[in-house]
Amino acid sequence: MDPILKVQNVNKRFGGLKALDDVNLTVERGTVHAIIGPNGAGKSTLLNCFVGRLTPDTGTVMFDGVSLLGRKPHEINQLGVSRVFQTPEIFEALSVLENVMVAALAHRDGAFRMNAWGALDAEAEIRDLALATLEDVGLAQRRAMEAAALSRGDKRRLELAMCLVQDPKLLLLDEPTAGMARADTNNTIDLLKRLSEERGITKVVIEHDMHVVFSLAHRISVMAQGHVIVEDRPENIKGNPKVQEAYLGGAHA
Amino acid sequence: MTNLNAADRLLLLLFAVAVLAGPVILAPFGAGYPDLLQKFAIYGLFAIGFNILFGLTGYLSFGHAAFLGVGSYAAVWAFKLLSMNVLPAIVFAVLLGGLFALLIGYVSLRRSGIYFSILTLAFAQMSYNMAYSVLTPLTNGETGLQIALDDPRILDGAGQSGGLPLTNLFGLPMNQTWESELLGMTVQFNVGFYLCAAVLILGFYAALRIFRSPFGLMLRALKSNQNRLNYTGVNTRPYALAAFVISGMYAGLAGGLLAATDPLAGAERMQWTASGEVVLMTILGGAGTLLGPVLGAGMIKYFEAILSAINKAELSDLLSFLPDALREPLVSVLALFVGEGWHLTLGVIFMAIVIFLPGGLVEGARRAMRLFSRGASDAPSEERPAK
Repeated sequence: MDPILKVQNVNKRFGGLKALDDVNLTVERGTVHAIIGPNGAGKSTLLNCFVGRLTPDTGTVMFDGVSLLGRKPHEINQLGVSRVFQTPEIFEALSVLENVMVAALAHRDGAFRMNAWGALDAEAEIRDLALATLEDVGLAQRRAMEAAALSRGDKRRLELAMCLVQDPKLLLLDEPTAGMARADTNNTIDLLKRLSEERGITKVVIEHDMHVVFSLAHRISVMAQGHVIVEDRPENIKGNPKVQEAYLGGAHA
Repeated sequence: MTNLNAADRLLLLLFAVAVLAGPVILAPFGAGYPDLLQKFAIYGLFAIGFNILFGLTGYLSFGHAAFLGVGSYAAVWAFKLLSMNVLPAIVFAVLLGGLFALLIGYVSLRRSGIYFSILTLAFAQMSYNMAYSVLTPLTNGETGLQIALDDPRILDGAGQSGGLPLTNLFGLPMNQTWESELLGMTVQFNVGFYLCAAVLILGFYAALRIFRSPFGLMLRALKSNQNRLNYTGVNTRPYALAAFVISGMYAGLAGGLLAATDPLAGAERMQWTASGEVVLMTILGGAGTLLGPVLGAGMIKYFEAILSAINKAELSDLLSFLPDALREPLVSVLALFVGEGWHLTLGVIFMAIVIFLPGGLVEGARRAMRLFSRGASDAPSEERPAK
């Protein structure tokens, strides 16, 4: 047992709504951990507590021995946590290669480095690393394109490349196949699977699509109404009556 | 220059040649006289610096004239206290412009978008009003700060007599001009202009380096998606502040050069209209491009000089080939757009460019080139050139 992320007794209220209700979660190093649950279960709220966008009212979030609470997004990234958003967040005005180079530079140089006199052209190492990562996600051909011109699936790949080039200890994926056609979804699953095997990066995946979840995850936590109701291996999740109730019963009709 | 690629080196070379040949190139357009040439170079620098902030990061400052004004005051004080040599004055102007930008930027960059713009505007107007009122001992209020015979000038003031001393570069006076006849025109080579031109070329070179640096890439990423940049591990605040300070130093430099060519400084240089002008210059030429701001600055200063000098009688002379019935109404309409009303022309041009050519003059040139090359080869290139 070697936990990389440990969430203990986390609570978060928005006005009268209890978005997170005493959440406990442990992610083991080197695994893919999925968080599933119906809309409004608190999955995204929980993820936002990992990256510095939200601060829980009470409870602790420990990553690799340090607390993430009260840290800014860039500090958390510098600790080794990268995030893929539900709607791809990329630098649309930059070229595909430049997008990945920004991430590689941030990883090498830290949160701020005043390098206004050196030439970007001279950063051969950064460029090669970025190109290799683009090759890995299948975007090397499009490196000179403006990122805004990419298809949605390719934007997701680019965002993934930006995270991978930073060699993160923990990768957070918020619905990585949302809004994708089936073929694109399968490509993404294959890509994520391959990357898991090759790089062994610990991942937390939030997903609606059960097909994706069961293809990828080693552990699954099921959330409903701010609670984690079940945590188990995928094969034990499907038949669990609590899970069926969360999805089929209640307000989610 | 070793760190630039071939295309950039060529760009720099062409830029330098065009600037140095300015007095010859612009003489046929009636713009070859020292006063206007100096303005082209000085406001070109101001706009280049402004573009590093606005063009690269997208932060729109409406208060950059404050740094220009601070630079002018700093330079005149250097003339009064130290020496009439322009070098210490310019250094002093850049440093003070940067320091002032650090203070204002530190506070203003706590907000973005329109709130940032309003904060910078408020700070600049505050500076302007203070220069007129409580800071009169430093700024000499409405009269403006000028040099005087009894200034201490500890470096070169000893044993002065006669009239007011001239600003100079190691003894070479700024207002010295050599005239020569070239192709039937009188071309004027002025020391002050060549000082400004040299500084403009250096300023352009520095901007080119910044544009092509990792820092420049971070600034463009900041403009494109600040949220993603934060989640990519970058602390965006110091990047924006650094860009703000650099552009403040350029503004201070421009203010210092204004004082170097004409040693007086007034508060009106800090007014919001002056801040707005540099925004117009940058957008008119093409925000985020290297050459755009210089072109925009040149265009505005040219129209200001040429159009504001035309009066109704001259307009009437100009159109004397038309029949009277047509000429008189036409003259009375066009008269609105010249002389005092030249801002109306500027407004019309600005609107036309923003609506039809959002990328500014540089975008216009690019479109023209594309049209030209398509006619030649019929093979449009779909990819942006790889870096």
